Amino acid sequence: MIDYEWLYILTGGFFVVWALLSARDGKWGNAGFWGLLAASFLFGTHLSDFANGVLVLAMVAIAGFGLLKRSDPPTTSPEEREAFSEKLGNRLFLPALIVPMTAVAGTLLYNYTPFGETGLFAERRETLILFGIGVLVAIAVAMVWLNPPLLAPAEEGRRLLDSIGWAGILPQMLAALGAVFALAGVGDIIGGIAGEVIPRGSVFLTVVVFALGMALFTMIMGNAFAAFPVMAAAIGIPLLVEDYGGNPAVIGAVGMLAGFCGTLMTPMAANFNIVPAALLELKDQNGVIRQQIGTAIPLWLCNVAIIYVGAFLLWN
Amino acid sequence: MNYWPLLGIAIVVIGFALRFNPLLVVVGAALATGVLAGLDLVAVVEALGKAFNDNRYISVTWIILPVIGLLERYGLQQRARAVIANLRGATMGKLLTVYLLFRQFTAAIGMKDIGGHPQAVRPLVAPMAEAAAEMSHGTLAEEDREKVLAMSAATDNVGLFFGEDIFFAIASILLIQGVFESYGYPLTPLQLSVWAIPTAICAFLIHGWRIRALDRRLGRAAR
Repeated sequence: MIDYEWLYILTGGFFVVWALLSARDGKWGNAGFWGLLAASFLFGTHLSDFANGVLVLAMVAIAGFGLLKRSDPPTTSPEEREAFSEKLGNRLFLPALIVPMTAVAGTLLYNYTPFGETGLFAERRETLILFGIGVLVAIAVAMVWLNPPLLAPAEEGRRLLDSIGWAGILPQMLAALGAVFALAGVGDIIGGIAGEVIPRGSVFLTVVVFALGMALFTMIMGNAFAAFPVMAAAIGIPLLVEDYGGNPAVIGAVGMLAGFCGTLMTPMAANFNIVPAALLELKDQNGVIRQQIGTAIPLWLCNVAIIYVGAFLLWN
Repeated sequence: MNYWPLLGIAIVVIGFALRFNPLLVVVGAALATGVLAGLDLVAVVEALGKAFNDNRYISVTWIILPVIGLLERYGLQQRARAVIANLRGATMGKLLTVYLLFRQFTAAIGMKDIGGHPQAVRPLVAPMAEAAAEMSHGTLAEEDREKVLAMSAATDNVGLFFGEDIFFAIASILLIQGVFESYGYPLTPLQLSVWAIPTAICAFLIHGWRIRALDRRLGRAAR
């Protein structure tokens, strides 16, 4: 049975190559950073929690001292790319579609045909594993079709990886922060505060505080999943559902979506907001957030209205 | 109650505002929060290491980079621009609105892996949006060019977030269901996912309007 461990070894292998190429390029900070990440993927399962923690601190030290640099391995010039684009035409899109298609079609096949009964993949792990398989297939197809130098995929990948830099592991690091917050009971403290500031008796104001709590706590944690259980336990269920008799389905579903509005407005949601700014090489790290605020705020107001109307006016 | 762990949140907010390296900020906040909650430093480092290790799957997605880089080497971004340049009447507004709808719809039927920033926005959507904006408004000032690229990334996010919850077998729906069930309110995923539809419609109208507004603003600046 294929589980995540296989995927971690594959990913670790990619990062080993990137670390070696960085070292050959004389970029020791990059070599150390990606080398440590490779070690985390390859050996993390077998290391003690403390050793994994020290590994994380070492990576953060490298990034914190500004030792991660951009790299520019040899690639084609804009003119050459223009010429290739004309020669190769729209077929160029096909290898790019192999990865999402493998992941989606594979997941559907695995879940809705007897193929799933083979037990080939670990439970609920099939999509990401198929994504990894898709990547390997796409690289193979592109290598055979385009016949680039052997190291080209590794070097082109390194060019993009180094343009993302430390932001590449920020989402994983924030997930780790979330775990420490949970251990320290931060959610319960915030839930307690939110529960206390509620003005008693006003359904509408309670809806507003619930939706605001979802958005703000999501902005702090970078993730509505961390906010939801806390706000539901502090306000959603005891006050909105039990005291005021609201419709639980509306309160749950739309409350989560109010949290998603917070996701649009926070650098803590790194993989949606900071990573794309790095990927698109924007000068403003918060450029994506700036474009999202104007959508998030009116949409949050809509969510408040939907909860109020759907869970109370229509329901009762 | 011990409110000191909240200082960790303050560290995050201030650290991001002062633009310290975010990895330093996050680890600093984690260590501070743990210690202020009364844990010893070794236990906090262990918790951090365990959680980082358990969440490795998040960073697996970077293995897509060689595919995208390789195709960019052979002109993928240029091809994306050329496709738009050959479309009569393509504007940035229409293009991103269609992408928004496409992203919401595919996410709503469970295909949230179609699209995404490394695999779709950087190589395809952003260059297409830029090409379309240049067709209508001429060469863009650097500041406007950044706005178009950022709006492309924003459109992917909005489409994904406010489409995916319509699909009933998604993690957030299951989480809502789990939380309510633990308090004695059994709900079916379908009961929850239908209530994602009104917000999805609002998201399409609001963000679609904002895409058009950006397109119009670019036009005014060019004249």
